[in-house]
Amino acid sequence: MAKIKFILNNEMRTVDVEPNETLLDVLRDKMGVKSPKCGCDRGDCGACAVMIDGKSVRSCLVFAIEVNGQEVTTLEGISQPKLTKLQEAFIQFNSFQCGYCAPGVIISATELLNNNPHPDLEEIKEALSGNLCRCTGYQPIFEAIMDVSRKRKK
Amino acid sequence: MKTMNSKSTAWRNDAYAKVTGIAKYTDDLKMLNCLHAVPVYSDYVSAKIISIETDKAMKQPGVVKVVTYKDVPGNLQFGQIIKDYSIFAHDRIRTCGDVIAVIVAISRQQAIDAIPFVKLVAEELPAVLDAEEALKEGSPLVHESHGSNIANYHCVRTGDIAKGEKEADIIIEQEFTTSRIEHAYMEPESALCWQRPDGVMEVFGSMQHPFSTRRFVASTLGKPLSDVEVKTVPMGGGFGGKDDTAAIVCARTALCSMMTKRPVKMTYSREWSMRESYKRHPYKIQYRMGLKNDGKITFVKVRMVADGGAYCSVTPWVTWRSTVQCCGPYEVPNVHCDVYGVYTNNIYCGAMRGFGSPQVNFAIEQLIEMAAEKLGLDEIEMRRRNMVHQGSITVTGQKLDMHTVSLEQVLDIVVKESDYLNKKQKCSFGKSENDQLYGIGLAISYRGMSLGAEGTDFNSAIINVQPDGSILLETGVHENGQGSESAMILLCAEHLSVSKDRIRYRQPSTSNIPDGGTTVASRGTLLGGGAVVNAAKQLREHIARVIAPDLKCKAEDVIFENEILYDKDKKHKISFNEAIRLMYSRQEYPYSFGVFQAPQVSWDEHTGQGNAYFTWVYACQAVELKVNAKTEQITLLNMIAAHDVGKAVNPELLKGQFYGGMAMGAGYGILEKCDVKNGKVVPTNLHQYRILRSTDLPEMTAIIVENYDPVSPSGAKGIGEPTNEIMAPAIANAVYHATGKRYPDQPVKIIVERRDTEAQSHGEKK
Ligand code: FES
Ligand code: FES
Repeated sequence: MAKIKFILNNEMRTVDVEPNETLLDVLRDKMGVKSPKCGCDRGDCGACAVMIDGKSVRSCLVFAIEVNGQEVTTLEGISQPKLTKLQEAFIQFNSFQCGYCAPGVIISATELLNNNPHPDLEEIKEALSGNLCRCTGYQPIFEAIMDVSRKRKK
Repeated sequence: MKTMNSKSTAWRNDAYAKVTGIAKYTDDLKMLNCLHAVPVYSDYVSAKIISIETDKAMKQPGVVKVVTYKDVPGNLQFGQIIKDYSIFAHDRIRTCGDVIAVIVAISRQQAIDAIPFVKLVAEELPAVLDAEEALKEGSPLVHESHGSNIANYHCVRTGDIAKGEKEADIIIEQEFTTSRIEHAYMEPESALCWQRPDGVMEVFGSMQHPFSTRRFVASTLGKPLSDVEVKTVPMGGGFGGKDDTAAIVCARTALCSMMTKRPVKMTYSREWSMRESYKRHPYKIQYRMGLKNDGKITFVKVRMVADGGAYCSVTPWVTWRSTVQCCGPYEVPNVHCDVYGVYTNNIYCGAMRGFGSPQVNFAIEQLIEMAAEKLGLDEIEMRRRNMVHQGSITVTGQKLDMHTVSLEQVLDIVVKESDYLNKKQKCSFGKSENDQLYGIGLAISYRGMSLGAEGTDFNSAIINVQPDGSILLETGVHENGQGSESAMILLCAEHLSVSKDRIRYRQPSTSNIPDGGTTVASRGTLLGGGAVVNAAKQLREHIARVIAPDLKCKAEDVIFENEILYDKDKKHKISFNEAIRLMYSRQEYPYSFGVFQAPQVSWDEHTGQGNAYFTWVYACQAVELKVNAKTEQITLLNMIAAHDVGKAVNPELLKGQFYGGMAMGAGYGILEKCDVKNGKVVPTNLHQYRILRSTDLPEMTAIIVENYDPVSPSGAKGIGEPTNEIMAPAIANAVYHATGKRYPDQPVKIIVERRDTEAQSHGEKK
């Protein structure tokens, strides 16, 4: 066991982890953060995406011990203090059905809009290519992101 | 007829929870002192069990209990139709997904670490891995007690096939195959169970059917149904796949909890889910079709063989739908159809969105175009000459006159909106200057709604108005992610003339409301919605009776409008809240229980004749695509769908079903195939079982067609499955128009013939 310390959703947290524990397992099982989901546990579905220092990563592929001293943001953190424009658009466009992919999709889309305020459709598709969704055909997800981009000032 | 393709506002009751990550799925729930369970599989696909040794596993760190068949106090055998599935293998291994034990430990990792220590002593038996082989005399029997490998057989005998043969000017024969596919719901199976102090086993789980789960759990534990309460929580996708397997996972978990007297959670890894969960049936379909020179079909002879794998599950129902819809949406006077559901030692197959229709549609919608071409007819005209119209008789002898038969309408809409006729002229048919071949294709279908003669079909709803005017609503329909709760709330609001904001959908539990059957067969809105409408009607009548004196009118003259009750002339009025307050003060409960029973259907198993379904829906989908002749890559350019849904209750959510269904259908068309080798499921995870990604999907257009259905109290019919049953044949037709080649095997994999030298160098490079 090793003690690690990192910022989780704007709060300094410490936790004891085994060297082989993934960030996904530690967030879910030891820190009560449940939005990252496990769909494959090997980097193929994107449901477990979180941000480390602003960059999206698949938390099932990262050892928890590696985030020592860094800043981790999950969908819970993004939703504070209030919904982002993107989340509002996802509601408005009925972007999700079962919603299991949503935490990962929202992380990827948030990262995209942070880096590229006005992505075109191809860029959106590219940014989400690591997030599998079985319910929606992705179209309502694209529409919501496009809408946010459109409403932003150029 | 009404069509809709403009944007309206989407609304769903769980949207906020889902976009903020606070929605709690089964594995997100936590209980104090919870143990963790994991399944143990064997390396065999067919074997006789001699012993299952668990002592060593019991001694591993953290292990609390290793559960095997010996621990089951109730029934070991399961099955919705034939009880041929053992919840724990005890005498035989019949397929790779059979579970021989479940290990319960303090932590999930400890349970996983103990798996190799469970030892199975078994004697390998010959396996049968091909459905046609399984049908042969003398092939090994998967279930000896069943006496044969035929799980079920259905037929249709209509008219006189010899007459049809005689009348035909041309005859066309073709064999098609479809593959096994995986549901690939994003959330693998999960269950959390605990024995409540009152003795009730409480079950939370990722499953589609709380009531069948309750049956499975009670039966395993040997308890009455009333001692098991299944509660539903958000589920990460089902698509028909969270029926048997998911219920069995719940039953095993409940048993572990009962034995250890502690809460137990069992969350499947993707690998276990892929290995154990049932798939869509692979079919072999052999058609012989006769036609007159004018394009009229004179007969269809068809034989279908579905590989059901090691267990029956719902194979007889799946293949029954294939039987009823064996000629696609066409009028055929003479039909001879034989359909076999077959046992093999492959992974078993069961319900999946579409339920026996995607396979048939993949074949018939290509066959009809092949026939058109042979006759020199246009494929749209060919369809028009044979398709069902108002008053048509289906191949099973059902007259379609109870609702609007809108097949031609949806076809016309798609032909127009996609500019099909012009674009058809531009198709490459294998010839192009560069390597890009272009094609457009479409397919049509009709589909019997709800269960039909598959089973009893009724549902209920409870509306319980609270003293402050807020409303608790509950139905026997399960939220699978499709938005059924939202649809029920909207229907309730509409039929009580109140705002939807008053209505809270109660977290459903099997102990609150009568068994509404399963949320399958796209029956949620139709059956559950019907019950809501009926409950609302009763409640309105009750309120009107009590409040009429205050409005100085007769009960039947009370009008409900925008949260206000009026008399006929609107001289007097009372707010909804005030009306409810008055009811309570007069000791009258504003509470109602509504039921909707599906109208009678009929079926004769020997002739395959009957009114199979009480209503039908009609659909057309089209696709444009490009085929790269060099790389053999198919690129989808756009997809369009028109579906008659009866009435759109929540249009934006309905469109969500269109998009998701088209996307899944497209995956079936060009990509998905769950290989089985030597009886073992080949893909272990999502890197080997690919589904379409954001970059693979083109723009989609959804066109809602509304023809109010008089047999449905809400007018709505349903949409979940129809959207997922014709994109694959539309793609196959488009690929034909692009390449000039037919691909009768699903998924469509382009094979470009190369000259020998080229083929060699290609081979060397690899
Ligand atoms: S769970 Fe991490 S990518 Fe699937
Ligand atoms: S909404 Fe179900 S997986 Fe995306």
